[in-house]
Amino acid sequence: MWGLWTAVGLVVAAGLGLGLVFAAADRVALTGAGPKALVEPVRSALRSLLEQRRTTLAPDRLLWRTACAAVPVLALLSMAVVPVGDRTLLSTSADLVWFNAMEALLWAAVWLIGWGPNAVHSLVGGYRFLAQGVAYELPLMFAIITAGLGAGSLRTTDVVAAQSDLWFVVTMPVAFVVFLGSAAAFAFWGPFAAPAGADIAGGVLSELSGVERLLVEAGRVVLLGASAAMAAALFLGGGSGPWLPDPVWQLLKTLLVTAVLVGVGRRLPVLRPDRAVELAWMVLVPATLLQALVVALLVLAGAYG
Amino acid sequence: MNDTLLSDPAVIAVVVLGAVSVGSGIAVFVVDSMARATFALLVSFLAIAGVLLALDLVYLAVVTALMMTIEMAIMAVFMIMFMMNPAGLMPMTMVHNGRGSAAVGFVAFVALTVGIWTTDWPSRRGQPPADTTRQLGEAIMGSHMLVMLVVGIGLFATILSGTILATGRGRYDRFGADLRATRPDDPTPGGLPR
Amino acid sequence: MSDQTTLQTVLTVAAALVGVGLFGALSQQSIVMVMMGLELVVNGVMLGAGAAWFFLTPDLPDAQMLVVIALVVMAVEMAMGFAATIAIYRARQVDMVDMATDLHG
Repeated sequence: MWGLWTAVGLVVAAGLGLGLVFAAADRVALTGAGPKALVEPVRSALRSLLEQRRTTLAPDRLLWRTACAAVPVLALLSMAVVPVGDRTLLSTSADLVWFNAMEALLWAAVWLIGWGPNAVHSLVGGYRFLAQGVAYELPLMFAIITAGLGAGSLRTTDVVAAQSDLWFVVTMPVAFVVFLGSAAAFAFWGPFAAPAGADIAGGVLSELSGVERLLVEAGRVVLLGASAAMAAALFLGGGSGPWLPDPVWQLLKTLLVTAVLVGVGRRLPVLRPDRAVELAWMVLVPATLLQALVVALLVLAGAYG
Repeated sequence: MNDTLLSDPAVIAVVVLGAVSVGSGIAVFVVDSMARATFALLVSFLAIAGVLLALDLVYLAVVTALMMTIEMAIMAVFMIMFMMNPAGLMPMTMVHNGRGSAAVGFVAFVALTVGIWTTDWPSRRGQPPADTTRQLGEAIMGSHMLVMLVVGIGLFATILSGTILATGRGRYDRFGADLRATRPDDPTPGGLPR
Repeated sequence: MSDQTTLQTVLTVAAALVGVGLFGALSQQSIVMVMMGLELVVNGVMLGAGAAWFFLTPDLPDAQMLVVIALVVMAVEMAMGFAATIAIYRARQVDMVDMATDLHG
C-alpha cells in the first residue's frame, strides 16, 4: 500500500535524481569531464544557495518569485504521471493531457521570469520563449496524442500496456523525435536555447541569482529528465524487456534516452528563434499530422491489437 | 440520507477554489499592472479547473488549464503591446461608465442568485460513468458528432478570418505588384530555404 | 451540506463570475480588458455546466459538451478579438473602444 506522502516523496526523489543525471550528462557532453560531473551540479547548487542575491530596479516581485518557484513544481508535477512499474502517482483518465498542460503552464512561468525583473534582456528572452512555445505546442500535442491514439487511451499506464507486442517508436518515429525535441524546447536547452542565449546576455536567466537561479535551473533539468522517462514510457515500451525486472529496464531506457538527447542536443547549433518558429509551423506540424494519420490508419487496420 | 455526492473535504475545496476564482476575477479589474491582471485571470481559470477536477471532470479540468494558460500567455503579449503603462508603474484608471457597469453586473448576479436559490433543483439522475473522459470522447465521436463538426468548421473559419484581419501584408507586398518575384520579400527571413 | 445546497453554492460562484465579467466587459475602455471580462463570463458558464453535469445528469454527456463549447467560444472570442484589435490599430492607431466609435456615422 502506498501512502500518499511516500508516493509524493518517491516522485520528487525520482524527478530530482533524473534531473541530476541529466545535468551530469550535460556537463560531460559540454566539458568532457569524467565521473566528477556527477558532483559538479550539486556543488554549483550549493554555491547558488550561498550566493548573494541581486535585484533590479522596480521588479514585479510577486510574479517573479511565483514564476521561479513554479518551474520546478511544474516539472515535478509532470513527473507525477510518468508510469513507473505499471503505476503512476497520479492516475487520471487524461494523463497525457496533464503532461501537456504542465508544459503549457511552464510557458507562463518562463515568460513571467522574463517579465518579472523589469530588465530588457530578460524580457526579450521571455518573448523568444513564448514565440518558440506557440510554435512548438502544436507539434508536441500531435506527438503526444499519437501515442494515445495507438493505445486508445489517455492513461499513461494503458499506453505502456499497449506496447507489449510492438514498441510505439517503430510505428511513430516522427512523434518520438518531436516529443524529445519538445523537451528541449520547453526547457530552452540545446538547439532551442535561444531564450537564454549568449546574444542577449543570458536572456530569461540573466537577472536570476541565488535560490531563484537554482530553482529555475533545477526545474529545467528535472523537466528534461522527466521527459526522457516519459519518452521511454510512451514510445520505448516502458518497463518491458527480458530477464531484468521492469523498473530496471525502465531506468536503463531512460538513461539511454538521456544520453541520446544530450549527445544529439549538444551537437546541434542553437536555432535562431525565427528559424525555429518557421520550421515548427511549416515542417513539424504537417509531419506530425501525417504521423497521426498513419497511426490512425494502422489502428483501423488492427495493428495495435 | 447522510451520503452526499461530494465528500466534506471536496466540498471545502470547491468552496475555497470558488472564492479564489471570484476574488482573482475581481482582481483583474483592480490591479494596475497588466501582467498581474492577465495572471489574475489565469488564477481564476485554474481555480475553476480545480473545481472541475473535484467534480470528477478530469479531462475538462486539464484541458481548461492547458487552453487558458496558453491563452493568457498570448494575452499577456497583446496586453503589453496595446496598453499604455503595462507594468502599472504609474497607476491610472481606464474605465467608462463605472457605476452603470457595476450596477448591471450586480443586478445580473442578484437575479441569477435569486433564481438559483428559489429553484427546486431535481435530484441526481443516474450514475456518473466509470470514465468521464470516455463518456465525453464517445459523445464527441458519436451522438454529438454534429456539434463537433460545426465547432471544427467554426474554428477553421476563425483561423482564416483572424489571420486575414490581423495580417498587414498581402501577396502584393510579398511578391511585388506584378506577383513575379521568385522569393517573397519578408521582413523576417525564417528558417526554410525559399 | 446537502447536495442541493452544494449545487446552489457552486452556481452562486458561477453567477458571481458572470456578474464580475459583465462589469468588466461594460466598464473597461481597453479592448483587451473588455475581452478579459467576456472570458470571465464564459468561465462562469463553464463552472455552471460542470456543476450541472455532476449534480444533475452525470449519465448524459450533454453538460460536458457544453463545457467544451464554452472553451471553443473562448478560443474564437480571443482569436477574433485580437485580430480585430490589430486590424483597428493598424488602420487608426486606436486601442480603446471609445475611440473606435469616434468617427462612425
